[in-house]
Parts: sequence; structure tokens; C-alpha cells
Amino acid sequence: MDFKEYSIGEFDTEEQKKFRQEVREWINKNMDPRLSTTAEERGLPPDTDSDMTRAFGRKLAAKGWLVPEWPKEFGGAGLTAEQRYIINQEVAARNIELPGHWGNFQGGVPGPTMMKFATEEQKKEWLPKIAAGALFSLGYTEPNAGTDLASLQMRAVSDGDDYIINGQKMFSSGVDKADYHWLLVRTNPNVPKHKGISLLVADLKSSGVTIKEMHTISGMATHEIFYDNVRVPKKNRIGPEDGGWGITREALSIERASVGSSPWAPKIVEELIKYAKETMHNGKPLYDDPLVEQSLAQLAIEVNILRLFSHRINWMVDSGMNPAWTGAESKIWEAETSQRVANQGMQILGMSCQLEPGSKWAPINGRVELGYRETVVRTFGGGSDEMMRSVIATVSMGLPREPQMTMPVKK
Amino acid sequence: MNFDFNDEQKMLQKGARDFFEKECPKALVRQMAADEKGNPPELWKKMAQLGWLGLIYPEQYGGGAGTMIDLVALEEEMGRACLPGAFFSTVLLGGLFILNAGSEEQKKDLLTKIGKGETILTLALTESTGSYEASAVETTAVAEKDDFVINGTKLYIPDAHIADYIICVARTKKGAKAEEGLTAFLVDRKSAGITCTLLKTIAGDKLCEVVFNKVKVSKKNIVGKLDQAWEPLEKTLQQVTVARCAEMVGGAQKVLEMSADHTKQRIVFDRPLGSFPVIQHYIANMVIDIDGSRFLTYEAAWRLSEGLSCAKEIAMAKAWTSEAYRRVTANGHEIYGGIGFTVESDMHLYFRRAKAAEVTLGDANYQRKVLAKELRK
Repeated sequence: MDFKEYSIGEFDTEEQKKFRQEVREWINKNMDPRLSTTAEERGLPPDTDSDMTRAFGRKLAAKGWLVPEWPKEFGGAGLTAEQRYIINQEVAARNIELPGHWGNFQGGVPGPTMMKFATEEQKKEWLPKIAAGALFSLGYTEPNAGTDLASLQMRAVSDGDDYIINGQKMFSSGVDKADYHWLLVRTNPNVPKHKGISLLVADLKSSGVTIKEMHTISGMATHEIFYDNVRVPKKNRIGPEDGGWGITREALSIERASVGSSPWAPKIVEELIKYAKETMHNGKPLYDDPLVEQSLAQLAIEVNILRLFSHRINWMVDSGMNPAWTGAESKIWEAETSQRVANQGMQILGMSCQLEPGSKWAPINGRVELGYRETVVRTFGGGSDEMMRSVIATVSMGLPREPQMTMPVKK
Repeated sequence: MNFDFNDEQKMLQKGARDFFEKECPKALVRQMAADEKGNPPELWKKMAQLGWLGLIYPEQYGGGAGTMIDLVALEEEMGRACLPGAFFSTVLLGGLFILNAGSEEQKKDLLTKIGKGETILTLALTESTGSYEASAVETTAVAEKDDFVINGTKLYIPDAHIADYIICVARTKKGAKAEEGLTAFLVDRKSAGITCTLLKTIAGDKLCEVVFNKVKVSKKNIVGKLDQAWEPLEKTLQQVTVARCAEMVGGAQKVLEMSADHTKQRIVFDRPLGSFPVIQHYIANMVIDIDGSRFLTYEAAWRLSEGLSCAKEIAMAKAWTSEAYRRVTANGHEIYGGIGFTVESDMHLYFRRAKAAEVTLGDANYQRKVLAKELRK
């Protein structure tokens, strides 16, 4: 047993110290210094979509550091898992949150999924693109397929070397800036719904693709995407035709495992502690109020559990274990802890909690108010917590699955 | 990073699980809850022979030189088995305090005897408030020639009624801070002036009221330094708290396994109970509660054995595990339904222990207060 990775730098070996120093120097040289401060000044969370962030991400990519562990032939840097952590820690320490598929330094969802399921030819084509910073958006959800994803209806009809795609996806975040769509489609409507799904990579510049903005209560835009007779080459299919569902289940567990490591909640707890120490109430620091003190301590415990859950997944992955249901556990915990942090934070801030980022008098730059809105999505986005709980019970403890009432897919 | 036990610890874990399943059946647990003494002599002897009573003591005192993590592995199995008896009072509270504060002679004598199962020891710190803070100690000890004379009432003292010695923490000086001026005395339980009354408790733990009425103790029987008992006491409480958390984790894990089994066997509305999502979600909540408790405890144990700062981590572990174990047993009862409410079911054994463990060594509110103080620094 050892928990050395827990704390930045505290347990580095001489070799790791040297590498950390190298990473720091490289970041100093290559990062636009405004990147760390702008988000703070504007009272917004680290801006994942800003051009500056993306420019920095591309520099990391050129160095092979977007996927540090991948072999050089695929565009990685051939480093160790420990070195990946160091890069990850040092980037996070600058308050930079890279766009979703870059941010886990392991090729997001498409990278590891392709490593496992793509043909050698596909790996040669796609992995270097991912390493070089190609952006993917996940094309799963549809108007009638959310939590019950296998009900998806976007059709792919075979036509020579291509598929012709028709239908609609929604909640594809970041698709406006992305290069490719990681797309689930129905290739066979005449079999049970889990058995007629295929996984494709669609070029978002293809003709027939229309993207429309959807506005969310967090202020961030997400998108719906319409496919109107769009051609996608069959060679872009990952895995067998009609065999996309099994791959997707793995891809979803990869996604959940990486969701659980978001730094938002721990940072807000730190800010709240600082606020409670500095803010006077009835002539005493707010921190002296036993209810505030209890609340902050409880939140600190919950975010610490979050950190441990996410480290456990890293440990399992690095030692060759399948994190399976632990991704679901971590995802639930991140979602619900974030909501508790946001809500308790709002309570501690009192009247001022309602002030938005940028408003005069907004405490902690309005980040708690923004978070209170933003975290709403987390308990159902990326797989609802209810589904996740059933995954934990059935996979980890072997409970029987709920009997399915099978209904034919609408054509 | 590694969240797992090493091979030796896994062997210890498996050995302990097999041993307790055979030697500590629930019939014995029930018998000991009703028993006046509460420490099964045969089991105690066998645990001594296996080296578990001295596991965490250094070799020169006949111990196994085990780490906190070894202890955690063993404690989880004890929690799983609902092990009754004097391990907590003797090996942990008493023995660890001797190890942390005692003279070479005391260590050699007492730790060796504890390891062999020949001595029962306990620590008398808490009083009427039930608080583990130094300010709660009102019992006094006044010097009189070669002796000290102790007066006061200690409460919630585990196994004092069967102990050979009670380590009594008394105020010997009024210091500027409550932590100053406390001294620990090794008192023969049969000394004149000691009255011990066994209390009836929810989990059958043998907690006692111990009244010290002009009890004379030789100055030679001071454990550690005069007026300076707090520092080794605090260290002892930290170690014992981590061990108690591990015991809770083990108990909670067993409740989870029992509950999951029950949901597979029990048929309701023509389906296994466990196929209903609402039941699956109870089970998932139990898994999450236990994993959180487990990793907080492991991290605290690891930091403790590495000699790193760990006040924060221990407070987190005890605050969280105290409440999580209770929630897990409440879920277990809901899943078991009526049958779990009967005394024949094992569920209530854990339910009772969870509440007792929650309030022992500082409940969640207390631990959060400790943590908040650390976070404020």
C-alpha cells in the first residue's frame, strides 16, 4: 500500500524531481501567461474553449505530451505513467483545463478505445491524429435516446464503400470546434436494439452536416447536429458492423473514469475555506460559526474521497486492472459531491450567493453561483446516476439485472 | 500508488478470516454479549499463539513488529467477525499507550505479557462527559510521599472489570492549557479504593464506571513523564482510531455482502429482490460508503506508518466512517426487512456495533471540529 501520488511533488524521487523541473520550465516557456489569470479575472471557470488554451494544447501535442505514454510511432513521447501524472499535475496547477478529450492525457475516449478495438491500419491512421491534437466530439445522445442510449435512431445505410447517414444528435459538446464526430448509428433496424448499432468516425467537414447551438443554464453552449445524407467511408467504422454496442460500453466506462477527476469541487472548497476565514459576521469570522465549520469539514472530506476514487482508477489502469464499475462510482461521487459543494457553498455565502460572475459584490468571482448552475447536468450527463448505481450493484455485487420489456425500435 | 495490501498482509487477512469463521461463530458473539466477563479465554489464548496480540509491538518486547497497515488488515477481519473481547482495551488502548510512553522495564514486562495473552489492560481516560479531550479530565492525583493519591470517577472504560491493570489518566497540575498537567498511572485494579461497575451497552461492549476513592499508587507506577501524558495519549488515540475505523470497514463490508446475498435469494413479486432498481441503489450506496471509508482509513494508516503528518487524515477517516457504517447497517436492515429485526438475524449485531463505534473515540461532529481546526491553519 502506498499513497505517494496523492500530493504534488512531496514524494518525488530524484529522477522525478528532475523531470518535474523540466516540465515546469517547458510550461513557463510555452504557456501564454494570461492563460492562468484570465479565467480568474473574468470570474469564469478555466475556459476550456478559449483559443489560448487550444494553442497551448497544440504545443503539448507537438511535444508528444498530450498522450505522454503512447509510443513515439503513434505521436506520444514514450514516457511512463508516473511521468504522465507529473505533466497532468503541473498543467492542472496552472489552472489550465484542456478541452475534454485532451484533458486526461490518454487520448480521451477515442484514443484508448481505438487502442483496443481498431484495426492496425486504423491505428496508424488515427492515433497520430489524436496525439497531434485532433478534437473529437462524442455523438451519442439523440432526442429519443439519452439514458437509454441503445434506442438511438440515426440511420446508416450501406452504399458501396460508404455509409449514408441520416438523423439527429444532440448534446454533442464542443462539436463546433471539433474535427471529428465519434458517432453511434443504427446499421440494422431489424434486430434487438443493442445488436444493430455501429461506431463510426465522421469528418465534421462533410457535406450535409448542420450544427445548431443549444443554450444551457450554465451559459455554455452545446449543440445539436443534423446529418442529411452524409457519406462516411466504411473504413472509418471502429469494430464490426452492428458490433458497436459492446465497444460503446467500454468507451463509456473510459469516459466515466476520467470524469471523476475534475478539479472544480476541491478548488471551490479551498476558496470557501478562505472566504469563511476572511469574512466577518457579527464581529467574528464566519468560520467560527459551528454550522459553517461542520459544513466545510464535511465538504473537505467528500472532495478528498473524490480524489482517492480518482487515484484508485489511475492505479487500477496503470497496474493493468479493468476499472469496470469503479468509473461509475467515481462519476456518481464527482457529480453529487460537486452539487453538494455548490449548494453548501451557496448557503455559506448567503445573500451574495446569487450574484453572477462579473457582478459587483460577487463573492469568489461568482464561481459558486456559476457552479450551482453548471453542476445540475452532472448527475444525469454521461450516464445518469441511477444507471450508474445499477451498474455498481449488478457488476460489483452481482445483483440480477432488471428484467427488460423489449419494445421494437421505431423505423 | 497502491491501494492494496501486500502479499503478506493478504495472507494475514485470509488466515484471520478463516480463523474467525471457525473460532468466533456468531453464537459465541451472542454468548459474550450476555456474558459478565466478555473475553472468551480459549479464543484469547489462540490469538496470542497466532501472534496477533503482539502483532504491532516491536520484536524486543516479544512482538511481531507489524505496521499500522498490518493492523488494519487484521482489524477488518475482527470487524467482520464482530470479535468480542479485550483486544481494543488491552492490545490497543493499554498496550499502545505503554509502547508510546512507558519505560523500558514497563514495555518489556507488560507488552510481552499482553502478547502472550497473560495480562488484561485498559486505559481510563474518559469521564462523565464521554469526551476524549484533555479538558474532560477532572480526576486528580495528589503527591503524598512516595505515592500519588487518585480521586475521581472514570466512565466508559472498556474491560476495566476484568483488567489486571488500569492506566488512569489524572490531573496532577493545573496548567495554562488543559493538555498540560496530566499524568498516567499504572494502577493495579485490585487496589483499595477502586470500585468497578459494569454498564449495560447497546453492543454488549463491557464498559465500566470506575470510581477511584483515595487510591494510592506508587510514583514508580507513573507511565511516561509526570504532567506530560497528553502527547503520548494523543498519539495512542490516533493509532487506536485508525484501527477502529478499519474494524468498522470490515463490519460494513460483511453487512454489504450479507445484504447482496439476501437480495439474490429473496423472491418478491416473482423476481429476485435485487432486480429492483431501488434495491440496487441501496446496494450501490453501501458500496460507495464503504469504499470512501476504506480508502480514507488506508491513507491515514499509511501516513501514520510512514511517520507523515496525519491529524487531518485520521479525523476525516473517523468522521466519515462513523456515519457511513451506520448508514450501511440501516440499508442492510431495510433490505432484510422483518427478518433482520429478529434477534436470530445477524444484522442487528452489526447495527448495534456501528452505533457504538460511531460514538467511541469521538463521533463525526467532534472529528469534523478537529478537521476544521486543521484546515484553518
